[in-house]
Amino acid sequence: MRVLRDTLLVFQRSMGQTLRNPVWVVVGLMQPIYYLFLFGPVLKPVAQLQGFGGSAYNVFVPALLVQMALFGCVFVGFGLIAELRYGVIERMRVTPMSRLSMLLGRAGRDIAVLLFQSTMLVLMSIPFGLHITLSSILIIFALLLLIGLGMACLSYGLALLLRSEDALAPLLNAVFLPIMLLSGMLLPLSLAPGWLRAIGLAGSTVVVGIAVAAGLAALTISWAARSFGRSVA
Amino acid sequence: MSITTLRGDTPVIETHGLRRSFRTRRGEVEAVAGIDLRVDAGEIVGFLGPNGAGKTTTLRMLTTLLEPSGGEATVAGCDLLREPRRVRERIGYVAQGGATDPTVTGRRELVLQARLYGMDRATAAARAAEVLAALDLEACADRKGGTYSGGQRRRLDLGLGLVHKPQLLFLDEPTTGLDPQSRAHLWEEIRGLREQGTTVFITTHYLDEADALCDRLAIIDHGRIVAEGTAEELKREIAGDVVTVGVGNHCAEALRLLEHQPFVREASIDEGTVRLYVERGEAAMPQILRLLDGGGITLQTISLARPTLDDVFLRQTGRSLRDEAA
Ligand SMILES: Nc1ncnc2c1ncn2[C@@H]1O[C@H](COP(=O)(O)OP(=O)(O)OP(=O)(O)O)[C@@H](O)[C@H]1O
Ligand SMILES: [Mg+2]
Repeated sequence: MRVLRDTLLVFQRSMGQTLRNPVWVVVGLMQPIYYLFLFGPVLKPVAQLQGFGGSAYNVFVPALLVQMALFGCVFVGFGLIAELRYGVIERMRVTPMSRLSMLLGRAGRDIAVLLFQSTMLVLMSIPFGLHITLSSILIIFALLLLIGLGMACLSYGLALLLRSEDALAPLLNAVFLPIMLLSGMLLPLSLAPGWLRAIGLAGSTVVVGIAVAAGLAALTISWAARSFGRSVA
Repeated sequence: MSITTLRGDTPVIETHGLRRSFRTRRGEVEAVAGIDLRVDAGEIVGFLGPNGAGKTTTLRMLTTLLEPSGGEATVAGCDLLREPRRVRERIGYVAQGGATDPTVTGRRELVLQARLYGMDRATAAARAAEVLAALDLEACADRKGGTYSGGQRRRLDLGLGLVHKPQLLFLDEPTTGLDPQSRAHLWEEIRGLREQGTTVFITTHYLDEADALCDRLAIIDHGRIVAEGTAEELKREIAGDVVTVGVGNHCAEALRLLEHQPFVREASIDEGTVRLYVERGEAAMPQILRLLDGGGITLQTISLARPTLDDVFLRQTGRSLRDEAA
């Protein structure tokens, strides 16, 4: 109960900060729009290739959504480093509030922003020829939620560990690049050689994909929440 | 139970051999080297020490932010290591570096802080308004923290530390950087807290602050407590008076001449003056005059004073706090 209440309080605080300074939401939305308008047309002829299977936008939009989940959430740790520097985190750690809530309230804001951007992107893609059923949308959004949660918590955990922007940036890049390439975000992994397909879990069912994402999210949540609780020297 | 019956028989803080060391690239740093401390209910206790003495590290341990490397402590009636949650419910903390977010208004932060301590929305809003009024922050309450002046920010930090009316409040250099008027104003607030029965543990660099505000003092140096007691007790330990003679650039000669005289207990050089701790100042002054005259040293100034806390500090740590604060 305490966790729920505290999570909501932290969520409200973070969300308020974001809404009072919506630059980041808009910037985050611009990126997929650029892709949609400037890269989508280039992709159309390529989509005829074997291995794509289906209309360009049906392949392209889910990839864009995953990209947004990865990109949008991987850098949230920078905000946390600022809060560490202001002393806000330490101030919260002296209160009896739940440590898990310090993490989940912030990650909740990141997920809310992500889901808003994703909805906008899907709506904008429909005129371009995206054909998608409601049930697949729901599955995709569930997956996005788990990916975003995992990435955000990873980013927060690393921020608490490193406590400096200078160290966080290169490390996030190092972690981020393989995740991005293996996500099949740039080109479908069905085009990749067998060993790479295996690492990227290409060809596995949606259930496996969701289970893996959920597992990773649970792992990063418990790790980052522990970092919030541990004494940060 | 009244404050007076509480005072003196219930320790609010009690530590035994509390230690903390940090591992760094150049080996182990022992920031706090085993301190035994006792603070009673309703006291304002000052924690004095030069830079790097271990004040902040001690406070961070007592507020559950930092795990001790050894020793034990009871804080606000709860065991620090076994019941950190319950300790947190009863204490407040104002960090040395502050805790103000430049992107959020003071009122919002106060309300949130109150709610994190369990108050409902209406109670929290009322309490935030009360704190804003008491700390004279109403004019900037709905502006973002980034627009506050240094003094306003520090007062907000204090408000965030006491919004939940803790029974024990830790203040880490709360008045550093404030003008004399704001400092005096903050002292009034802190005294007011004591009237309400709050125990205050405060670190400071300012000796006048320690003298004026604190019921009792503990001086820490190199992670160890080197002296403890009321300001009066500490001054009395340096029995006698302080004679300061100004001799321009002849300090070394004057020191050599005077330090082995039987009536001089201790002597040191401090900024163009020689400080002599003597048994009876009135009797010592004529002798000092005669000795300097005989040694051919021109005396520029001479003064006699009761020992101050700075003398205590100098004696205990070998450093003057006045230089530190400057
Ligand atoms: N995280 C840390 N890692 C390594 N050393 C540390 C760390 N924190 C503190 N120290 C060292 O421990 C010692 C005590 O530091 P502390 O901050 O407690 O001093 P302080 O008495 O509060 O000083 P000041 O008056 O300057 O605030 C210092 O030598 C400091 O460099
Ligand atoms: Mg300090």
